[in-house]
Amino acid sequence: MAVLELADISKHFGAIQAVSDVSLTLQPGEVVGLMGDNGAGKSTLVKMIAGNFRPSHGTMRMNGVELVLHRPVEARQHGIEIVYQDLALCDNLTAAANVFLGRELRRGIGPMSILDYKAMYRRAGEIFKELKSETRPRDLVKQMSGGQRQAVAIARTMLSEAKIVLMDEPTAAISVRQVAEVLNLIRHLRDSGIAVVLISHRMPDVFAVADRVIVMRRGRKVADKPIAASSPEEVTGLITGALERA
Amino acid sequence: MAITLDRAVGQRQQSWLGSILSSQTFWVLIAVIAACIFLSFATDTFATSRNLYNITRNFTFVAIIALGMTLVIITGGIDLSVGSVLCLCSMVLAVTMNAGYSLEVGIAVSIGTAMLIGAFNGVLIAYLGFPPFVVTLGMLSIARSLAMVVSNNTVVFQFGPDHDLLLSIGGGAWFFGIANPVIYMIVLAVLTGFVLRWTRFGRYVFAIGGNEQAARLTGVPVNRIKVTVYMVSAIAAGVAGIIQTGWLGAVTTNIGAGMELQVIAAAVIGGANLAGGVGTASGALIGAALIEVIRNSLGLLGISAFWQGTFIGGATILAVLFDRIRNLRQND
Repeated sequence: MAVLELADISKHFGAIQAVSDVSLTLQPGEVVGLMGDNGAGKSTLVKMIAGNFRPSHGTMRMNGVELVLHRPVEARQHGIEIVYQDLALCDNLTAAANVFLGRELRRGIGPMSILDYKAMYRRAGEIFKELKSETRPRDLVKQMSGGQRQAVAIARTMLSEAKIVLMDEPTAAISVRQVAEVLNLIRHLRDSGIAVVLISHRMPDVFAVADRVIVMRRGRKVADKPIAASSPEEVTGLITGALERA
Repeated sequence: MAITLDRAVGQRQQSWLGSILSSQTFWVLIAVIAACIFLSFATDTFATSRNLYNITRNFTFVAIIALGMTLVIITGGIDLSVGSVLCLCSMVLAVTMNAGYSLEVGIAVSIGTAMLIGAFNGVLIAYLGFPPFVVTLGMLSIARSLAMVVSNNTVVFQFGPDHDLLLSIGGGAWFFGIANPVIYMIVLAVLTGFVLRWTRFGRYVFAIGGNEQAARLTGVPVNRIKVTVYMVSAIAAGVAGIIQTGWLGAVTTNIGAGMELQVIAAAVIGGANLAGGVGTASGALIGAALIEVIRNSLGLLGISAFWQGTFIGGATILAVLFDRIRNLRQND
């Protein structure tokens, strides 16, 4: 069964139609590349799944149950995790503190409970090890490379039982070697049965990890096909409008 | 495999000693101690118990407010109203007690006033997006004016039935000859340090200063925390006001004038970063101590009081200079 199913989703801001009648499904353990030019509606679409916006029309279903999100926190409660483009990390805190930001582990009772540093360092260390990342839990994010920062942002999604991970341009502005690291992290998420939506401008990255590619143009979905049945040339044509749809 | 994980988890960027040596607070503490040692030899009046008693008591008022200010600064904000809030809270306490109410009632009304002011500042800043500088600058003016309204700009020195109790709370020395204000300061500093290091609230204060947007996206209740932080700052000013009233035995409408700048200087000298995300409770104390030692020593060394501002301002810039040098070296 599809972990997420969008049916005729539309979103308009006043007179501006950002997303029109988009339907799509996401299967567990699938990586979907979401492509499109600036202003094609990919961010708006993802923000609806993340609970930032409510759709103007259409329905979302998660594992067959209708999903109505009012706030991003609710999306997270449903197992939808987001890795933001700017990574949303606090430079002045440690890797572990960032991984647990907003869901700190505590010990003690009620209002007397204090932060459980030991447990958070340990759990963060386990996640980094699972991700095969060299990031160390006690390091300050300030002093980390782009790839390590990505690992921290992705580690956050692995704290809970995430079902869907939305990634906004995770490979923009990092070095070639770090891109390879991030793509490995994405494969790791996929192998754990998580559905990954990868928003990217970088054609090679999408073709390296995605199972399926969805192309949007002017708020509409113009293609949704297995990566093996497509080609970078075709996707470029779909993005620019040289190809009407595929 | 378990061993390698333990090693990775236990790995620190710096040794314990290394992190102490690289902290601004530590070097300012060294400066304070060095100054004290120098003054003990250079003058025969510094190391007298009378003078030490005076120094420790004098810096507590700035230090207590600096604790609250440090929280505000860590979130990336500023509170310019603390001097006026101290004045208003002192005046509210004085007027209430002067009217014949007990000390408890006076303190409750005074702290209640502080909470209201802090909440007003915080709500405007957090929910309506006002710049902290503007809101608290406005409050600086408003609170002092209200103090004049409440007291009709008179000096209050009669505190009703609990007059003597109030004076002994602020002016007494109940434990081992240590001035009471010093005891309150130490208790409040330990409490602040504990909250910053061990509670989720403290963690969120740092997160907001590091990256407010990130804190919001990860579900940190940013607005609530900000309101609380400004309330804590105002309460700290109110507490200092109550203690100072007991110590001075009289309240005028110009107490605490210009104090906000001393408080901010103390926090900054102690290592708080006005850009947000960095600061400690011990730093606030040590920064306040350095300012007081400078002030005191100038008098003892026979240097004109006109030079005070130059030395305190110089110390502020010098303390931050060390931080800049360290940052530049790290970025190389």
